[in-house]
Amino acid sequence: MNCDGVVRELSNYLDGELELAVKQELEQHLGHCGDCKMVVDQTRLTVSIFCDSEPVEIPVDIKSRLHEALRRKFSEKGN
Amino acid sequence: MATKARQWPPIGPFLPLHAPNPHRLPSSVAREDEHLLVAAAKRGDPAAFEELVSRYEKKIFRLTMNITRNREDAEDAMQDAFLKSYAHLKDFQEDSRFYTWLVRIAANEALMRLRKRRPNQFSLDEPIEGDEELMPREIEDWGPSPEQRFAQTEMHEILSEVIDQLAPDFRVVFVLRDVEELSTEETAKTLGISIPAVKSRLLRARLKLRQKLNRYFRQGGTN
Repeated sequence: MNCDGVVRELSNYLDGELELAVKQELEQHLGHCGDCKMVVDQTRLTVSIFCDSEPVEIPVDIKSRLHEALRRKFSEKGN
Repeated sequence: MATKARQWPPIGPFLPLHAPNPHRLPSSVAREDEHLLVAAAKRGDPAAFEELVSRYEKKIFRLTMNITRNREDAEDAMQDAFLKSYAHLKDFQEDSRFYTWLVRIAANEALMRLRKRRPNQFSLDEPIEGDEELMPREIEDWGPSPEQRFAQTEMHEILSEVIDQLAPDFRVVFVLRDVEELSTEETAKTLGISIPAVKSRLLRARLKLRQKLNRYFRQGGTN
């Protein structure tokens, strides 16, 4: 497998969706290509940083309007 | 003859939870008592539903904000998503997590607003270009744990800035697949596109984000 092949299969590799033979071929390339190894590792880190990032607090005014709307809905349903 | 229960939102059957994904930790979103709260809310307990809202509102607002990139639209989409999920709670068949169901409703609300605001700029129907531009241009050493070089607030700003620079059709796929952890199949169904289209956009989104983060993470780099 060459560098283009690694990039094309990158997502499937990170998601564990490659067939064993293709995975081995890709990993063999990573063993001797520092640039591809860096791209794979950095893309994996990119995904995990976004995946693990905690959301920030909702602005108070938005939160308060949401809960007001919910309570109106609850009382409509209760009547 | 038994009648099949109605599915809502009407965007195809729900699939089982996505297969374990080796590159990331299991989602900590859904707590074990979620089904108890859902059951209580279905029985008409508003406090149980409000607890579900309080539990997920931050994440749902992040989702609608990530898709629309507009505070007003994000608020409307989030509010409508919670109100609609309450109104249709009886149709939730519990063959997926409640949170996954909610994400799909919220994503649809956010996409509706994005399409309305950018009718000529956002289309998931357009084919994407060939593979020639995929090869990363900037490959530089990031050093160990580059994200730890930034304070949490600063990191939030960086992530917000780089995701904002992604084209909407790449951004929505990345957000659903990698931030909200929907499976490829769930993402395809939510967006109404094929599985190869999801995979192709996801690969490009991941590569583009890596490249944008390179500016911040490269060793000795300045932002």
